[in-house]
Amino acid sequence: MKYEEFGDNESLELLKDSGTNVFLTTIDDVINWGRKNSLWPLTFATSCCGIEMMQTGAPKHDFARFGMEVYRASPRQADVIVVAGTIVKKMAPVLKRLYDQMSEPKYVVAMGACTITGGPFFRDSYTIVRGVDQIIPVDVYVPGCPPRPQALLYGMLQLQRLIETQTIKSRKKRNASHNYK
Amino acid sequence: MDNIKLGEFIKSLGSDLDIKEGKQFTEVTVPPSELHSLARQLREREETLFDFLVSITGVDYGPDLGLIYHLRSTKYGHTVVIKSRTSDREHPQLDSVSDIWEAADLHEREAFDLLGIKFANHPDLRRLFLNSSWGFPLRKDYIDDDIITW
Repeated sequence: MKYEEFGDNESLELLKDSGTNVFLTTIDDVINWGRKNSLWPLTFATSCCGIEMMQTGAPKHDFARFGMEVYRASPRQADVIVVAGTIVKKMAPVLKRLYDQMSEPKYVVAMGACTITGGPFFRDSYTIVRGVDQIIPVDVYVPGCPPRPQALLYGMLQLQRLIETQTIKSRKKRNASHNYK
Repeated sequence: MDNIKLGEFIKSLGSDLDIKEGKQFTEVTVPPSELHSLARQLREREETLFDFLVSITGVDYGPDLGLIYHLRSTKYGHTVVIKSRTSDREHPQLDSVSDIWEAADLHEREAFDLLGIKFANHPDLRRLFLNSSWGFPLRKDYIDDDIITW
């Protein structure tokens, strides 16, 4: 997707975390360019959204085009965790541990209705975690049940834009503000 | 054997059985004390030979807790439904049939996990899905503050 085709680039530019510091902005630009173009996702899928995520990685939609090159089987090597599928209370500690094991900088994409609010299991369920943002900090929400590969791709591109606005300084601040138990 | 004949035959196996023709299968209601001996006979008698336990379903009827067994014979192809219930909610206990059908092991653990029905002589009665701090979520009087209902 071309840079001009996103709707609100001007406001995003204004929201850059490093502000107008010329020196820091230049370093950030270089670092962010590297980070956003080599986003390696973690192989983590708990239900049907996972199938859609595999399809996004498969040749037809092929998100390697955008630098989400390979699925990593180990959280140590992954940059982004796409939470694809229902997280139940029993799964929550596992997800939290996976997130903790990922090395900085790390990003979270909540894919599908289940991970955003609990989705179809919201009502009358004794097992569901109503939104993964109760456990780990989420950067991008991709709604849908499950989202089409195009939607996930768009979400990942939005994540790249998010990374562009970040600075090496604010990463620490952000993590400190997300002190989840 | 067809359903009617099956019902008549099973009636002769126990003293306190209630036989009813359901829409699809013959339904036998048996008191918990006779459950194990009836199951043993159904499994071993040459006339019935129910060698396949299709499923065990736990039910919360209200005050009563009950179990429904679907049995099938792979030799004759006939099926029967066995029902048993207990009115004791505090310590509901029925005899395990896992010594007769190996498949009952996990089915009974599931019933124990979700409804809290205990099984006497079960070899390994641990919780199956949930951890020990959980209640028995499929009971009608289960209370959990996390559940959202409207």
